[in-house]
Amino acid sequence: MAMDAGEIERLIKEGIPDAQISIKDLAGDGNHYSATVIAASFSGKSRVQQHQLVYQALKGQMGGVLHALALQTGTPG
Amino acid sequence: MGIEQFIDNEVKANDVVLFMKGTPQFPQCGFSGQVVQILDHLGVAYKGLNVLESADLRDGIKAYSNWPTIPQLYVKGEFVGGCDIVREMFQAGELQQALKDAGVAVAAQA
Repeated sequence: MAMDAGEIERLIKEGIPDAQISIKDLAGDGNHYSATVIAASFSGKSRVQQHQLVYQALKGQMGGVLHALALQTGTPG
Repeated sequence: MGIEQFIDNEVKANDVVLFMKGTPQFPQCGFSGQVVQILDHLGVAYKGLNVLESADLRDGIKAYSNWPTIPQLYVKGEFVGGCDIVREMFQAGELQQALKDAGVAVAAQA
């Protein structure tokens, strides 16, 4: 079971419409990615809260189907 | 005692708690190992709890913090983050500051 980068991006975009997303496939196995998610709606939120928003957008895939997603989040500018 | 109560006791009874895969001496996951390295580098005393020993603990901790992955670091009962956040904070010097602010001893030069 794995996820492809496009699907991850689509889910995050659905959950965080104003997100600018860049995803790197770390291992080529559909299981290990790094993602940078920049969104104005993150402002005022702690890193933990920002990451939780991304995880919620991934609708429970994180930690299950998606084993490793190294996340980097922040606000634009 | 339910798993949630067990977790709550642990995070409140110990200044620094790391829920991880494996033990500090033998981490069994790269991400857990990274946090162990950071804490050891900072010379921070912490309690390692091996979630691989109990499925209840492994699932319970994720519900407790509403965080889907392991490892999870707690300082003075507060969830600090997983591997990414701990590493990011460490590199920015924020982790050292957060530990000092919480009254946790950190090795001088770290």
